[in-house]
Amino acid sequence: MDDTKRYERLRERFQNGDISRRSFFGLLGAAGAAYGLQMPFARQAFAQSDVSQVRFDGWGGVVSEAFRKFAFDPYTEKTGITVIDGTFPGGDEYLALVRASQPGEYNIAHLSGVFDYARYHGFELNSELNLDNIPNMANVMPALMNAFKSITPDSLSAAPYNYGTTGLAYNRKHISDEEMKEKGAKILIDEAYKGKIGGWSDWRTRMWYAALQTGQDPNDIQDLDAAWDAVRKHRDVALKYWASGAELMSLLAEEEIYVTEGWSGRIHALQEQGHDIGYYDPPQSFGWQECLFVIKGSPMAACEELINFMLDKDTSIAVAEGQSYPPALDPTKVDLGQKIPTLPAFDATGTLSGLTFANPAYWNGNEAEWSKEFGRVQRGY
Amino acid sequence: MSIEQREARQPWILLTPALTAVTLLLIVPLIFIVVYSFWLKSAVGADTPGFYLDNWQEALTDPFYRDILLNTLKISAITTLACALLGYPAAYFIARSKGNKMVLLVLLMLPFWISYIIRTMSWINILGVSGALNAALIWAGIINEPIQMLYNETTVILGLVHFLLPFMVLNIFVSLDGIDTNLEDAASSLGATRWQGFLQVTLPLSLPGLAAGGLLCFVLSAGTYITPVILGGPRDAMFANLVYEAIIRQLDWPLGSALSLLLLMVLGVLVLIYNRYLGMAQLAKGLG
Repeated sequence: MDDTKRYERLRERFQNGDISRRSFFGLLGAAGAAYGLQMPFARQAFAQSDVSQVRFDGWGGVVSEAFRKFAFDPYTEKTGITVIDGTFPGGDEYLALVRASQPGEYNIAHLSGVFDYARYHGFELNSELNLDNIPNMANVMPALMNAFKSITPDSLSAAPYNYGTTGLAYNRKHISDEEMKEKGAKILIDEAYKGKIGGWSDWRTRMWYAALQTGQDPNDIQDLDAAWDAVRKHRDVALKYWASGAELMSLLAEEEIYVTEGWSGRIHALQEQGHDIGYYDPPQSFGWQECLFVIKGSPMAACEELINFMLDKDTSIAVAEGQSYPPALDPTKVDLGQKIPTLPAFDATGTLSGLTFANPAYWNGNEAEWSKEFGRVQRGY
Repeated sequence: MSIEQREARQPWILLTPALTAVTLLLIVPLIFIVVYSFWLKSAVGADTPGFYLDNWQEALTDPFYRDILLNTLKISAITTLACALLGYPAAYFIARSKGNKMVLLVLLMLPFWISYIIRTMSWINILGVSGALNAALIWAGIINEPIQMLYNETTVILGLVHFLLPFMVLNIFVSLDGIDTNLEDAASSLGATRWQGFLQVTLPLSLPGLAAGGLLCFVLSAGTYITPVILGGPRDAMFANLVYEAIIRQLDWPLGSALSLLLLMVLGVLVLIYNRYLGMAQLAKGLG
């Protein structure tokens, strides 16, 4: 007997005078309270059995549009499972939301960096993928898989999906390619462009570029004082810290700023829109890989099926072309077509040896201290 | 049960839904925040429960938090003053207009139909390098190159005034609308000029509305964090931004809880002072 039928019977008894008004409302209230109490736990139970939807959270903008058009809609058409796609402006904001949520509320996240993979494990938000259900994982570059396996040798919670760099984006009307190559990362602290410089309000990126500006290895900064001074100098010449990819694109397109560091795919999207924006990866530019991370409490079978669908060659290439980020598929095994080899940061060898990635142990180990310090430096300290 | 007993219980029965909502949605979360403020953040992993005063000690003794708090209060005070100066003439005009008062009030409420974030972002299209104002100035030949007007403390205050002005106007309007206009006529008949009549009769009588609007503007302004994010430069921040950064960016919920309680206490003291001298009834009138 369903809940509607139960309610109709109860109402009939009340209307016939079999039960008092007080009892009628009392029973309704008790039913409501019971329903409210069981829902948080029921969601978890339902998550594993009757799956009608999966939640996916990503970076928004052109990235989410490509996911929706080339992956989620075809997946829903094929399986009948709806993909709810949310967006977040940054990994830290999203992690705060996931920490405050019930298990099963968030399912798959398009996380950036191996350090995020490690952080989610630190907070015990990880799941365990059954790789037998994701045969397309065989086409993924081993270099990307190994980065995750170094943290969880016995299992994986995520599938690598794409990679890119945070390099230097500049307006070619005001800054020539030659000047950019000559100045490199130091152009972000160049007084000549004071008030026309931007930067991501992300402490990792600020410290990474501070390391490059002071001639240090970003994964082993020895002179911290010099690095923080570079962050301060950038703060003093910058017009604005941008907080999202959309804001980055807007600031460059509207010529509010002439130079900033930027995400390779977003800058490529700007170039495709006809803006004369250059992109340059200085030596030791910030490389990163993104993954599809399955969060603890998610409906695993449905998530694995979606990941396998997204790693399919045709889907993966279509999404990559839409996002302007190279896919995680191994170019020595899979023919990636004509466009992908032209994308920024593309590595034809499949080894990614030309990119510098953040060392998760080093960056996560300094997170507490540096994220707090950046908050102070940003405000003038 | 006697009639007296039943009558005594009735107000509590009627209040039960509201009290339950306030308890569950306000008091219980507040208790959680208080408890959290005594925990400690772990470098990676779950926070450490317990009774530690570290977060409170940091929030109360670190000059960084003190300076940002004082700056927040300064920005809120400037915003409130600007709202009062701009809002009073507008409220006076609406209160003294005949016939079209309702139309003017609807126009005043119109901005509330648009998202606060969208309204704030609209300033980028007005004051930006390729925005309407720069385009107009270049077109008029007043300037040759666009002026950089955005992303500083002034634009933060501008955004806050834009957001809060209707609250101020409504509160002053309610106060002015309740003043008998015969009093101004009486002042005139006794030899006062219109300006003297305004200064010595209308303004003092409308002060409760001005104060209620001021309190609302100040409290809302001090608690905002979106406006500095959208319209501020790298250094511009208000205290709520620090709470956001502690909780969201640094994942330091215990310190973020202590900071949010500190802001709550500072603003709570202001509300108590207001209540002591003017009473909350005036505020209810304005909000109603």
